[in-house]
Amino acid sequence: MNQEEQVTVLGLWGSPFSKRVEMVLKLKGIPYEYNEEDVYGNKSPMLLKYNPIHKKDPVLVHNGRSIAESLVIVEYIEDTWKTSQTILPQDPYERAMARFWAKHVDEKVMVAMWKACWGPKSEREKETKEAYEGLKYLEKELGDRHFFGGETIGFVDIAADFIGYWLGIVQEASGVTIMTAEEFPNLQRRSKDFIGNDFIKEVLPPKQKIAALLKAQFGSVTSKLNVIKV
Amino acid sequence: MANEVVLLDFWPSMFGMRTRIALREKGVEFEYREEDLRNKSPLLLQMNPIHKKIPVLIHNGKPVNESIIQVQYIDEVWSHKNPILPSDPYQRAQARFWADFIDKKMYEAQRKVWATKGEEQETGKKDFIEILKTLESELGDKPYFGGDEFGLVDIALIGFSTWFPSYEKFGNFSIEQECPKLIAWVKKCLQRETVAKSLPDPEKVTEFVSMLRSKFVPE
Repeated sequence: MNQEEQVTVLGLWGSPFSKRVEMVLKLKGIPYEYNEEDVYGNKSPMLLKYNPIHKKDPVLVHNGRSIAESLVIVEYIEDTWKTSQTILPQDPYERAMARFWAKHVDEKVMVAMWKACWGPKSEREKETKEAYEGLKYLEKELGDRHFFGGETIGFVDIAADFIGYWLGIVQEASGVTIMTAEEFPNLQRRSKDFIGNDFIKEVLPPKQKIAALLKAQFGSVTSKLNVIKV
Repeated sequence: MANEVVLLDFWPSMFGMRTRIALREKGVEFEYREEDLRNKSPLLLQMNPIHKKIPVLIHNGKPVNESIIQVQYIDEVWSHKNPILPSDPYQRAQARFWADFIDKKMYEAQRKVWATKGEEQETGKKDFIEILKTLESELGDKPYFGGDEFGLVDIALIGFSTWFPSYEKFGNFSIEQECPKLIAWVKKCLQRETVAKSLPDPEKVTEFVSMLRSKFVPE
């Protein structure tokens, strides 16, 4: 690596958004420094209403310049470091599809899943249905491929890191089960392969630590609407 | 192979406007099809089964959904002229970040301004003005958001300008007073033929919004 290349990730240890960036850096063999963000901002419940996804972590700092928004960062890494391990396909149509499904994960699946687990009680049934439907589309899209990226981990797999690892922990902690092995065999299989990957494994936060954090923050399933901090 | 491009759209959609502009920037011939959103065509439902929304870009029979994704697709396929994204990776990331910001913040905020009243509207109006000011500050003294060249962020935002008179009318405020630089930028963009051709008459949009508002806010 060029002596002048200074790559730093500012992140939160438990966050799937932070991890997306670290996963891609690892997969592409790009050395980086990691800084745990001190700020654990107290965001209002109104944030959930507008978009719980738009958070402050992660930030990538490259040679003094910063980039925010995990998927924007992933594309930046792809654009900047031309390595043999590519995250996005070459073909423009395939790239458009990858971006579409990554957006689907962020906006349809993750938002609904959080709300299904910890949103206002009156909304949980509706959100559970939406998360379920969102996952079903992904299940169908994946088919019998190894990964959304085909034989190797791709953009959508990175976007769906939460589904691959955090989802199981969240389901246990919240008591809400949306994704079962019976109904989602493809996604289940992909999750296993995903977390089995050596580079991905390196950056995954310990399961017990996440479970403990979730239980401590959100208590029982019947607790009132809380701020999503992870 | 012949390039067949069809755009399923709805004339006042600030999202559809983005794709229209991008196609014109690249000089791509396309067939524009107006959708009746109360009676969506079988083609729309087939090409965008998950969201059932416009705009839908159909290129040689294959659909691309989501306007910012469509604009990037168009930029990558017809890469021979008028680049929409900059070539520098850092500038590209900034462009994507701001396009994403607009997508996440503008729509919900502007909706409050015309579709609600009372306290909800007042709060919505405040939020909306703050978002505009953030964007204005990002624009700074540059001619376009990307600098000297018209690009992704300009395309992402300009369609909302046809709704500005509606926001002003129902929100009872002047965008020019709050964000003069932004209005100057709008005027500059409208001088561009691809933009002028792709945007509807704001007066017609205001009529449409009035009709919509009467459904949400019974007077």
